[in-house]
Amino acid sequence: MKPLTKHRGRGVALRRSEVDTDQIIPAEYCKRLTKSGYADALFAAWRKDSHFVLNRPEYVDASILVAGHNFGTGSSREHAVWALRDWGFVVVIATSFGDIFLRNAFKNGLLAIELPNSAIVELTDLVEAAPLVEIIVDLIDVQISAGEHNYGFTVDERARWLLLNGFDEIATTLENNSAISAYEQTRLPWMPSIRPSLPVSAGNLPGEVSS
Amino acid sequence: MSTGRSLIEKVWQSHVVPGADGELDLLYIDLHLIHEASSPQAFDGLRLAGRRVRRPDLTLAVEDHNVPTHSVVITDLMSKQQVETLRRNCDQYAIELFRLGDSRQGIVHVVAPEQGLIHPGMTVICGDSHTSTHGAFGALAFGVGTSDVEHVLATQTLPLSPPRTMAVEFVGDLPADVTSKDLMLTLIAHIGANGAHGHIIEYRGQVIERISMEGRMTICNMSTEAGARAGMIAPDELTYRYLQGRPGAPKGAAWDEALAYWKTLGSDADSIFDRTVTIDVTTLTPFVTWGTNPGQAVPIDERVPDPASFSDVRERAAAERSLNYMNLVPGTRMDSVDIDTVFVGSCTNGRIEDLRAAAAVLRNRKVADGVRMLVVPGSMEVRQQAEAERLHEVFLDAGAEWRLSGCSMCLGMNPDRLTGTKRCASTSNRNYEGRQGPQARTHLVSPAVAAATAVTGRLTRSSQLSATGAS
Repeated sequence: MKPLTKHRGRGVALRRSEVDTDQIIPAEYCKRLTKSGYADALFAAWRKDSHFVLNRPEYVDASILVAGHNFGTGSSREHAVWALRDWGFVVVIATSFGDIFLRNAFKNGLLAIELPNSAIVELTDLVEAAPLVEIIVDLIDVQISAGEHNYGFTVDERARWLLLNGFDEIATTLENNSAISAYEQTRLPWMPSIRPSLPVSAGNLPGEVSS
Repeated sequence: MSTGRSLIEKVWQSHVVPGADGELDLLYIDLHLIHEASSPQAFDGLRLAGRRVRRPDLTLAVEDHNVPTHSVVITDLMSKQQVETLRRNCDQYAIELFRLGDSRQGIVHVVAPEQGLIHPGMTVICGDSHTSTHGAFGALAFGVGTSDVEHVLATQTLPLSPPRTMAVEFVGDLPADVTSKDLMLTLIAHIGANGAHGHIIEYRGQVIERISMEGRMTICNMSTEAGARAGMIAPDELTYRYLQGRPGAPKGAAWDEALAYWKTLGSDADSIFDRTVTIDVTTLTPFVTWGTNPGQAVPIDERVPDPASFSDVRERAAAERSLNYMNLVPGTRMDSVDIDTVFVGSCTNGRIEDLRAAAAVLRNRKVADGVRMLVVPGSMEVRQQAEAERLHEVFLDAGAEWRLSGCSMCLGMNPDRLTGTKRCASTSNRNYEGRQGPQARTHLVSPAVAAATAVTGRLTRSSQLSATGAS
């Protein structure tokens, strides 16, 4: 993953709360097997409305999304993050995020930042009044500057460290391989262990007799 | 002396890998459940990095999200590719897979408990937000995205920050037709769809103690709709009775040892929670959602709220938007809203007890003209059990469709989808815009309300039905 230290870009505001991941990407698009190529699916239902904010020419280059509370709630589908990223978003700012969405975001280099509602209102008003205003998100100094506004923010320290360095989290965890193996020796002996078995037919089911 | 520890803290602390570097806790995962929709990219990632699956013996795969329930033949090309990809991946990495057509297949969160694979004190993850279901056994279980699926395949661990803890106490006497589903819709309406954000909930109190394992699974399942990371219930005699004799349960001397351990897991009397919510259930009624998130719910005999009644500006705007999407007028009584489709199933309410509840209402009654009702057992074992009890005859006689198992109409991914602006009374867990089909309108309800609604063609409390007779 590419390190993310500072991002300069334009913003677009959704003016919506409780944006669930089914809105960010409907389930239909989650049949795909790839990890990229989801830009066409982003907010697929909402984008059918020509007035939807992402359809407006002044926001076509926006890379910073501003939303209300509980953004990315619901389904754990990481496709939601892939779609935002593929569209061109690098930063999402909201008053709060769905827990799983937040984890997924960091793992794909999408910086999710929580700010108080007053800041969301200011940023929303700003990008609506001045779509071309430059917003700078600095992950080193954990500062956002947008027009005359400046906001400090906090992100999970580990997520910040991974983002700043572009580290592969699995490789980092595997450095603890011997500690993991040692733990495995202490696991309770009766816990489930599963081996592949032969299928057990459920009997004569509809469609089973091929036509 | 330090204060006591809660169930949440006991299970968490017993899974932190000692000596691991990093400021987060490295949590060991005892069971990893996978399915076709959130795993293909994770396996690709493994292959790209040249990594192996660390513990295939702690991994179980099930086909559920993207399978049809009217036939075991998948005709949709993309669905077929996704399912075949899972089959190839499980084959390559020697992972057990319950395929479509196997008597053990079903929704992953119904299958794992019924196979006896969820024990108190375990950690369980799955690339699915409703993994919280398994907390009903006193396990710490939560949903993750595909990157974390890959992480667990490769390392059998996850780096996590310790959670905040929340106690939800249900007190009082539960009225006869109020179910676990109603308890959760009440709780979420009370604290909001993000009300338990960042917390793991422990559900406690006498009401919980009297609820069956199936009902407890419904409760823990919906924890994610309250924004919680997980939900848990302390194991008790009901838990042990459910587990004993199932394929994955310990046997012989191991059972006794396990049982002694499980009995130590409950929260100590002096344990402290970051937050406590108490709900008196005595006067509750069945709940139904009116909006497009699970927190937008009211008692079924109340009215669609007026957005102007919300003091919070954001909530007011959200309510206006929801009502517009749902095509509902403020002040309308919920039990006067006409329904086109009824769906009984899902990892929330697709277990045998749910089917019994729906069948009890439907017996000797008919699904109303113009209403379509789907009954989709949560697993093929549930289906078999229901057929042994001849519940399927009740459904078929009433005019409902009796299906094979899968996630079905819960999520708008497989062929079971609503078309156009159809309105559905659904026992599933999410009423988001487009969840059951691009313009579909969903009202979340309990199985009993779903069945009563099928009979009248409008949202109906089951006790109301017995008073007025079948219409």
